[in-house]
Amino acid sequence: MAYALDDTIAAIATPIGEGGIGIVRISGPEALSILQRLFRPARARRLESHRLVYGHIVDPETGEVVDEVMTVYMRAPHTYTRQDVVEIHGHGGVAPLRAVLSLVLAAGARLAEPGEMTLRAFLNGRIDLAQAEAVLDVVRARTEAGLQAALRQLGGHLSDDIREARQMLLDVLAHLTALIDFPEDDVPPQDIAPDLERVAAHLERLLATADRGMLLRDGVRVAIVGRPNVGKSSLLNRLLRHDRAIVTDIPGTTRDVLEETLNVRGIPVVVVDTAGIRQTHDVVESIGVERSRAAIAQADLVLFVLDASQPLTDEDHRIAADVEGRPAIVVLNKTDLPRHLHPHDIPFLSQAPRVELSAQRGDGVDRLEEVLFEMVTGGHVMPVHGALVTNPRHKAALQRALDHVRAAQSTYAAGLPADFITIDLHSAVNALGEITGETATEDLLDTIFSRFCIGK
Amino acid sequence: MYYDVIVIGGGHAGCEAALAAARMGMKTLLLTMNLDQIAYMACNPSIGGPAKGHLVREIDALGGEMARAIDRSAIQIRMLNESKGPAVQALRAQADKRLYSWLMKMEMERVPNLHLRQDRVDDLIVEGGRIEGVKVSLGRVYEAGAVVATTGTFLHGRLITGDVIRSGGRAGEGAAHSLSDTYRRLGFQLGRLKTGTPPRVDARTIDFSKTKVQPGSTRPLYFSFAYPDAGILPPENIITRLGPPNPVYPIPPEAEAAMRWRPQLPCYLVYTNPDFHAIVRANLDRAPMFTGVIEGVGPRYCPSIEDKIVRFAEKEAHGLFLEPEGWLTGEVYIQGCNTSLPEDVQWAMVRTIPALRNAELMRIGYAVEYDYVHPMQLKASLETKLVDGLFHAGQLNGTTGYEEAAAQGLIAGINAALYVQGKPPLILGRDEAYIGVLIDDLVTSEITEPYRQMTGRAEFRLLLRQDNADLRLTHHGYRVGLVSRERYEAVEAKRNRVAEELARLERTFLKPREVNEMLVAHGFEPIHDGVQALQFLRRPEATYDLIAKLTPPPIPLTEDEAEQVQIQAKYAGYIEKQLAEVERMRRLEDRLIPDDIDYFSLHGLRKEAREKLDRFRPRTVGQAARIYGVNPADVSVLLVHLERMGKVSVEDD
Repeated sequence: MAYALDDTIAAIATPIGEGGIGIVRISGPEALSILQRLFRPARARRLESHRLVYGHIVDPETGEVVDEVMTVYMRAPHTYTRQDVVEIHGHGGVAPLRAVLSLVLAAGARLAEPGEMTLRAFLNGRIDLAQAEAVLDVVRARTEAGLQAALRQLGGHLSDDIREARQMLLDVLAHLTALIDFPEDDVPPQDIAPDLERVAAHLERLLATADRGMLLRDGVRVAIVGRPNVGKSSLLNRLLRHDRAIVTDIPGTTRDVLEETLNVRGIPVVVVDTAGIRQTHDVVESIGVERSRAAIAQADLVLFVLDASQPLTDEDHRIAADVEGRPAIVVLNKTDLPRHLHPHDIPFLSQAPRVELSAQRGDGVDRLEEVLFEMVTGGHVMPVHGALVTNPRHKAALQRALDHVRAAQSTYAAGLPADFITIDLHSAVNALGEITGETATEDLLDTIFSRFCIGK
Repeated sequence: MYYDVIVIGGGHAGCEAALAAARMGMKTLLLTMNLDQIAYMACNPSIGGPAKGHLVREIDALGGEMARAIDRSAIQIRMLNESKGPAVQALRAQADKRLYSWLMKMEMERVPNLHLRQDRVDDLIVEGGRIEGVKVSLGRVYEAGAVVATTGTFLHGRLITGDVIRSGGRAGEGAAHSLSDTYRRLGFQLGRLKTGTPPRVDARTIDFSKTKVQPGSTRPLYFSFAYPDAGILPPENIITRLGPPNPVYPIPPEAEAAMRWRPQLPCYLVYTNPDFHAIVRANLDRAPMFTGVIEGVGPRYCPSIEDKIVRFAEKEAHGLFLEPEGWLTGEVYIQGCNTSLPEDVQWAMVRTIPALRNAELMRIGYAVEYDYVHPMQLKASLETKLVDGLFHAGQLNGTTGYEEAAAQGLIAGINAALYVQGKPPLILGRDEAYIGVLIDDLVTSEITEPYRQMTGRAEFRLLLRQDNADLRLTHHGYRVGLVSRERYEAVEAKRNRVAEELARLERTFLKPREVNEMLVAHGFEPIHDGVQALQFLRRPEATYDLIAKLTPPPIPLTEDEAEQVQIQAKYAGYIEKQLAEVERMRRLEDRLIPDDIDYFSLHGLRKEAREKLDRFRPRTVGQAARIYGVNPADVSVLLVHLERMGKVSVEDD
């Protein structure tokens, strides 16, 4: 966690994908001088702050034009990180972005760690912790729906909901504490069971969004497996083409694109080991087998592809044995060719749904997505409005708060004295405060003194 | 003339400070403006209550005097919150306030090394950032190794009733002005607080038949710990020697049971009414609280009656307790009726209450406004950060309450003595004592109203019970030299016997054949299978008394030991939960912050947090996290920076 704050860092700031615009962002004191070394404006002019300039990125060693770009220089402190920031808007493809980034790194910037830009923004007081976390979620968001959840959190929906729960708890706690600390004042007795149940239900509602929230953020991991030449690669390409809006992560990295993210009805689906899928030729067989096993192990769901134009082979059986026991969909590909394999011919993976399709022509791909979506969501379409919990830390804190409220309820039901109820309520309030960044004691006293007339 | 320790002020803080220092072998001088007002109860004639009673028990465990003094002078004692859990049960006693004051003075006159003198301190002698002594009003200079200031409400004290404003720290006494100026000159930041006191009524003019009687406890209760096995008994209640009480107080049949173990007087409950409220409302334009005459901030939990009526307009009645101020005196305190309304309004409103229809007021209620020194300028030892060897305790630190004052006085006295002896200070943790919570709150919070101790402020209160204060703290008192070896050993013996008995109950199984007859005889369901005795004790209706009958220990336990076994067994689950929380806190508490940290050079802290941290200069990350206005995000930022600093310094090596 010991990042330097004062050197210059760079990263690819936009999702990697084909087409569109890609941005390389540079933050730090050297940002401008790095730009000046690499950028040749179309018309010679001074780089003014916060102004877009058209031109080319040129390799200073070879003089070769690397990309046609728009650049913007933003002088500190009115920038995201509160440092000097430069953005180079180039063509979105992987190759040109990489090339630009390599030149920036060669010119003296350090490759940013994931989230390091946001960390700088946070440490430089640009954003608070909850916002920082939401920003990281925005950065990591893989689909529109995930993005919206993160943006809603950034807008404070989640905080409002949690504050509401916290205030309900404080009200109960204030009542009990007033009874304890001021036994001779007439604090009216009150049945707290309904209040506790209301808070518990509220917290449960929030928690229920967490699984979906985190799914929206992190996606479902899917492996596409099958023996060579069953059409894994064309299936992947078909799925990629089928889904236009792909927002994919890998913030500021240069690692190989080993994953592709699909957007299946708002849920991000991460296809693992896409390199393995594409290397259909000249793979030593044993490596292929190992690789397929590794992909299956990483995945939440397996798409097991068979060739419907051929009978089952030994290898199909062997892979089926590897898939056994995992959530899976059996895909019968190549239905455009003469059929030699039908769903009822398949003796293995009897629990897995069968989907017939032609990756070549695109028939049946809708059906595959439908089956996939149902398997992931259990068929339930959860409404995407209101606050969503998308952050594991928040989920853990909410869960702790709920556990404490439940414990307080059973303490109350068991007829134990008031003091024992307050112990868990205190812990619950503190757990929620960890999310909203509020401390308990003063807020508790404020609640007590505003609600009860107390004192001698 | 040189003294090891000089204590300024003879109130509840000053007495404990002087006694502690002298008992620790220091040549000690206590200077007070009036020797007749030693340990004087200027407000209510009572000690204890939730959290406050806990403080008194802790003072006793550490070797302080308050518990013994109130046990000897109490005219009534009760246990509050008996149904609300063992941790929040609290003792509260009514005192004979004159007797309390006498007994404290007698004790101080008895201790060798302790010198009492009547004079007003006008100046502090400070050289090179270190306290050298004090100068008094008659001109004399006393040199000192350390000084404990406990000036109460006397610094620039102002007494207010209606539009009448007098200078003074208490009714009938003067104020201390020049010491207040000394503090300003030395660079201390001062603030202004307000508190108030109700009128006193002549008991002969009260119609007690129109009150509700509140009797004392029917079972013996004491603030001070006793160990009968070791021959350490509770102190004698001196009230017994005073003969019968003032006959003006009726003792109805329901209060007689309380008289069997000790002479006790009841208190008497009355209520305000719409007429009372109407008079107050009609005169708000003459209330200093609302006309702007009073600048100081008053406590929310001890509001004036006019404040209560304005803030809680929908309430039609407020309870008021009539409390005798002593065994022989006929003066009665109206608890709940603090006011600074003009005198004629006080008479009129009090007389709307049926029991007080003909009441004669003997003293008129007033508000007192005074300077305090912001306690953020203190270390956790209560030594000031500005002047070495100068310690502060009591209302000077912005607190309210005799118990809060005494607790700080004790710690300040102990630490002044340790300072002179060149030893490290005694600092109690938040998980160890209410005193620890109190002092930690003072040094990490912005005092904006008089600070009163409440159980709600202690996050580990299940551990900080009044019943186990001796087990928590006696060893500290013994280590610094305030607790005798016999007493320390008695506490350790108690600890061991409790542990042994818990262990015995864990390995003992109750068998149906052996215990069912007795269970049924005591109204319990018979058991069908063998049950571990410890598990049985955890059943809601089970008591240790019953267990001791079912499976008697080799040596019978004392009542206190039995209570410990019962509480520790029954509530083990909750106690463990709190211990886990303590561990969480310790992790932050163990992260020390370098003394020379420059918060203004740290990126990422919010402005408010930066300023607060710079002002308080916390010693640990735990303390930093407790400063109001420093939120968890700021703590994360601070941790990131500390981590970086740690890394950098390692790399530098």
